[in-house]
Amino acid sequence: MEQQLTKYSISGDTMVVELTKELDHHNSVSIREEIDRQIYNGKVKNIIFDFKNTTFMDSSGVGVILGRHRILKNVGGVIAVTNVNKAVDRLFMISGLYKIVEKSSEI
Amino acid sequence: MYRNRMYLEFESKSENEKFARVTVAAFVTRLNPILEELADIKTAVSEAVTNAIVHGYNGGDGTVGLECIIEDNVLTVIVEDKGVGIPDIEKAKKPLYTTKPEQDRSGMGFMFMEVFMDEMEVISQVGKGTKVIMKKAIGAK
Ligand SMILES: Nc1ncnc2c1ncn2[C@@H]1O[C@H](COP(=O)(O)OP(=O)(O)O)[C@@H](O)[C@H]1O
Ligand SMILES: [Mg+2]
Repeated sequence: MEQQLTKYSISGDTMVVELTKELDHHNSVSIREEIDRQIYNGKVKNIIFDFKNTTFMDSSGVGVILGRHRILKNVGGVIAVTNVNKAVDRLFMISGLYKIVEKSSEI
Repeated sequence: MYRNRMYLEFESKSENEKFARVTVAAFVTRLNPILEELADIKTAVSEAVTNAIVHGYNGGDGTVGLECIIEDNVLTVIVEDKGVGIPDIEKAKKPLYTTKPEQDRSGMGFMFMEVFMDEMEVISQVGKGTKVIMKKAIGAK
């Protein structure tokens, strides 16, 4: 089975992270590292997480987003999410993530 | 009464988080869960197994036990580790409480297990390990 990899692209000071199929603890470790590398390089201020390929997420995924929010709010950056499916949307609502993250319908 | 049971053990490796939740989802198929119920179960299993790996064994070696029992339309999932144990279970269950903020843990694992399953019980002893027992009736709503 082919594992859909996470894709990263940067334009200006915004990074688009097209997430993998299953955002669990196993997959989130390297995603976190890659995003933080770009943040600490000073390139990235805003992040858009694109969930179009993502069918599963748990609290580890919530941790990835919360953690990036904590770093980026110091530089006045924002985090947005897009293409969220029903299951992921429920997790966002229960966890209260929509209080700190913008939901955009399009990139 | 209809009854079925399975038990499996796997090593404390993060790639087994997926293996565990997919296995439980396959096991419960015969109860014809709707998609939302399946998503709930997979998330809850993922949380418990991740905790065993990340907290119970601190990312190191160990064996995780996963037992599933179906009794009529009720699924029981038991996740067990023989790791460090939890000193204060009530505190650990509080939303946002985490002992590993540096690893970006959100402290929402137990909360998700409680929300997504009908019942959750945690049995733990420091130095001995932790057992999480979760129940969910399928097709109850
Ligand atoms: N199997 C376990 N073994 C030891 N400690 C655990 C275990 N499961 C949970 N804990 C403790 O309970 C806390 C809360 O767990 P949880 O709600 O899943 O949040 P998180 O995993 O994000 O820290 C953990 O930070 C940890 O201290
Ligand atoms: Mg957890």
